[in-house]
Amino acid sequence: MSLRPDLALIARTVTPGARILDVGCGDGALMAALRDSKQVDARGLEIDPHNVAAAVARGLSVVQGDADTDLVYYPEASFDYAILSQTLQTTRRPDRVVEELLRIGRQAFVSFPNFAHWRGRLSLFWGGRMPVTRLLPDTWYDTLNIHHVTVDDFRALVEDRGWTIDGQWFLKGDRETTHANANLFAEHAVFLLRK
Amino acid sequence: MASASFSDDSRFGLRRQARLVGPLRLDSGVSLDPVDIAYETYGQMHADRSNVILICHALTGDQYVASDHPVTGKPGWWWRLVGEGKPVDPTRHFIVCANVIGSCMGSSGPASLDPATGEPHAMRFPVITIADMVRAQAMLLDHLGVDRLHAVIGGSMGGMQALSWPTLYPDRVERCIVIASTARHSAQNIAFHEVGRQAIMADPHWRGGDYYADGAIPSAGLAVARMAAHITYLSEAGLTEKFGRRLQGRDAKTFGFDADFQVESYLRHQGLSFVERFDANSYLYITRAMDYYDIAEDHGGSLARAFAASKARFCLVSFDTDWLYPTAESRMIVHALNASGAQASFVELSSPFGHDAFLLECPELNRVVDGFLKGGRA
Repeated sequence: MSLRPDLALIARTVTPGARILDVGCGDGALMAALRDSKQVDARGLEIDPHNVAAAVARGLSVVQGDADTDLVYYPEASFDYAILSQTLQTTRRPDRVVEELLRIGRQAFVSFPNFAHWRGRLSLFWGGRMPVTRLLPDTWYDTLNIHHVTVDDFRALVEDRGWTIDGQWFLKGDRETTHANANLFAEHAVFLLRK
Repeated sequence: MASASFSDDSRFGLRRQARLVGPLRLDSGVSLDPVDIAYETYGQMHADRSNVILICHALTGDQYVASDHPVTGKPGWWWRLVGEGKPVDPTRHFIVCANVIGSCMGSSGPASLDPATGEPHAMRFPVITIADMVRAQAMLLDHLGVDRLHAVIGGSMGGMQALSWPTLYPDRVERCIVIASTARHSAQNIAFHEVGRQAIMADPHWRGGDYYADGAIPSAGLAVARMAAHITYLSEAGLTEKFGRRLQGRDAKTFGFDADFQVESYLRHQGLSFVERFDANSYLYITRAMDYYDIAEDHGGSLARAFAASKARFCLVSFDTDWLYPTAESRMIVHALNASGAQASFVELSSPFGHDAFLLECPELNRVVDGFLKGGRA
């Protein structure tokens, strides 16, 4: 089973044997990969009950809950990594969620689709319509993404809160791409943060 | 001792009863001695005793989890989850299910005989708690030569026992599955139970609990208790779907107090059939045990502290239409487990059947239990 590119990148970077909390873990694909390849002690939080059932059925420890409200119940520094992949843009208060991640984990991975990718910009600029692309396949009214964010937006938030960037990766399709002009050319960003 | 002599070991099999040498020191301070436990085992214990699963039953349940009931003839109460090809499988697991103390299916309870007098204990039986039930189960496991549980599983009051297990015996439980349950009885839970108890005690046949001699039992009171409780096991939507306002065997209202409505007839039937298989005093004792149940209270008010010593993995399941032990109760347990660093899974499943959902057809429940039992390091 092949992981989504942003997850594969996170999986490569996580140190073996680490304790991780995967927030918005879906059906547990990343957790299972990390458990099997790196003997990671993985826990998950997921809002969709069918996904939770699927993850528990594969032997993972996953709790049904909401990133916006349930992270407060995890003790401080209880994980080496807190991971938020493709979930940031669906939360009600992304800034508070990342704040919680950095309280719970010594480091936090945050990955999100870059809304400022040139294809999206073109769609908005020339078509005057909210972009519907491979990475953002839903229309404005049925998308779960309620806080669209760009690479530069996220960097500004990091700077504003005084967090530290320990690593950043950018993806175009399945491949990693250059940092230069990431805000224009990256479809996807992965940040590794710490407080 | 390996499992070789298993088949001719009278401790194992269906319809077993053990007289365990106590004393069992109860939470009330009273001692119970001897302790009779009626139980069933299914499957074969591995030589390393690594495949033992204890199943805990609910308020009016019993040890017949996967075999026909001797009184009603109905199949085991959790046949959907326990049996060949099911998540709890006698071809892989050694399964133990015991009647809780205080009950009336062969374990020590108010209806059983006091060896000192030869008479039923009746209300002279000591008040027990959920923890006392668990301690009695631990005595039984000692008797069976079981030191560690691969898993303990229970729904409703069975979930209370399952959840208490790792708090009382942190080294004896590897996995804990708690379904449609709670870490404490709420005011509303206690209130419903009190209605049931008052119905029993208001029945003139109850006579302070001494009704065993002449066969005139407080059946009307017990039936009403069951009817009130039964409503709490169902959902409003489920009742509406099943009965609506449909009339029972008639075309028009009678302008009387007969069971005009199907739902009335159904409840009366539930009440009447219940009194044939359950003892009224047991109903008093077990509902009392549930009302006294509050795991956090037993640990200085901190639920997280209760699980601090346990290495068990936990799996909690709630149902969206269960208003007796609603999802919020399971979430509270999950938050405590998170705070204590325990490995916990939790899912709220969707079902129209209310609290009773844990006993009914739910493929997703089976998938979750199966995956949880197979997965993870012990």
